[in-house]
Formats: sequence, C-alpha cells, structure tokens
Amino acid sequence: MLRFGEELLERIRAHAVQSYPYECCGALLGADESGGRQIRDLVPLDNQRHDSARNRFLVNPGDVRRVEAAARERGLEVVGWYHSHPDAPERPSDFDREHAWPWYSYVIVSVEAAEPRRMAAWRLAEDRARFEPEEIVTEWSASG
Amino acid sequence: MAVTVLIPTALRQYAGRESRIDVQAGTVGEALEALAARYEELRRHLYADSGRLRSFVNVYVNQEDIRNLAKEETPLSDGDTVTIVPSIAGGADRRQPGSAGAR
Repeated sequence: MLRFGEELLERIRAHAVQSYPYECCGALLGADESGGRQIRDLVPLDNQRHDSARNRFLVNPGDVRRVEAAARERGLEVVGWYHSHPDAPERPSDFDREHAWPWYSYVIVSVEAAEPRRMAAWRLAEDRARFEPEEIVTEWSASG
Repeated sequence: MAVTVLIPTALRQYAGRESRIDVQAGTVGEALEALAARYEELRRHLYADSGRLRSFVNVYVNQEDIRNLAKEETPLSDGDTVTIVPSIAGGADRRQPGSAGAR
C-alpha cells in the first residue's frame, strides 16, 4: 500500500502534463513501514532518454545516487519511482517489467491529449514475470 | 583480495538484508559472482538470462564506473569498494501503426 497526500498526487499529474507528449519521471521519497509506504515528498527528475522520450524514460545512476543521498539527509529513503505514459494506459509495459527492480514501488500515470487520466502503482513480482498492483491510498489534508 | 560490495536498497531483501558484504575476489566479475553464489536469489536481478550483467545494473569501483575501466575484468585491490547502483528505466508500449504517433 502506498499512502499519498493529495497534493503529492497532484504534483505527479502536473509533472506529467508539463512533460507531455514526453514521459516524465521522478523519485518517491518516504518511509517503508510495516503497514505500507508513506510517501512524504517527490523529486522530479529529467528524463535522460532524449532519443525516445515519447515512450521511454531513464534515470541515470548519477541521479539515483544524488536523490538517494538527498533523501537520507532528510531521514527518508527512495521507496519508488513515478513516470508517465503519454497516450498509453497506466499499466506497465513489457519494457517497464524488463527494466524494473524489485522492492521499489512504480507509479504510472496515463496522460491523454495533455490531460492526466488514471494513476496506478505496481511492484515487480519475485520471479520478474509480472507486476503486482499496489493500492494507492489518498490522504486528504485536514486544512483542505 | 578482500573487497566490500555495497548492496542497493532494492536488492537487500535478497542479500540477508545487509547493505555491505565482504567477499574475496580478484576482479569485479569475480566479486559479483561470489555475491550471486552466496545469495542465489540475487542472480536473476543482476544477470540477464544470457548470463551478462543487466544493462541497468551499474557497477563502480571506488566511485569509478567499470565501463570506464575494464568492465567486469577490472582488477580489484585489498580494501576496494564495489558499489552496485541502479538506473531506472521504462516506458510505454510503442504506439500501434495508424495511431497519431506513427505518422
């Protein structure tokens, strides 16, 4: 289970729209707790797949190390990653699965004609054969 | 040579939940193989079915990318640190012919 404040979900949608028709990507910072993962913040990142950014994204190892170090300084960890699928469904592709790491939560938002549509979260199965859906729980701010 | 391998968070569940593991190895390839031999579940996440390191598995020796050294043949010295760092990649299935993206 992934628990998000609505404001963070809205930031993912906004990043996806801003990047359209290209894929956006970013890191999910939070805490891996026994009852699920609490997402505390996002780090939007540059998509390094400049050759095929409409249907590919890449976070290079330098950015991974940088964002992990920044998370640790704040007492958080990188528990997952988000990216967008422009004009494609929010389900993982075979390419997503072939390149996925275990343990991380992968959030995918579909964008159609520059409008954000559905969002879903996934985790790679132990045998790498498929993704398992992960529930997203939206937390609404008490201050509205 | 006695070297230390730093395990990324995503793989620690397959490595006894350790973040650093000491192995004896003369090259980077030997160090990774020693790791996979000790923790067999790690193997499928480090290596493709072809037996080659997966393209999104990046390996550094003391901060230097082994792609700039001798790749898996990179020799190791006592006390070296071998760091495994993920790159994160993915993306949507390609558009079908006839869709807007195929023009």
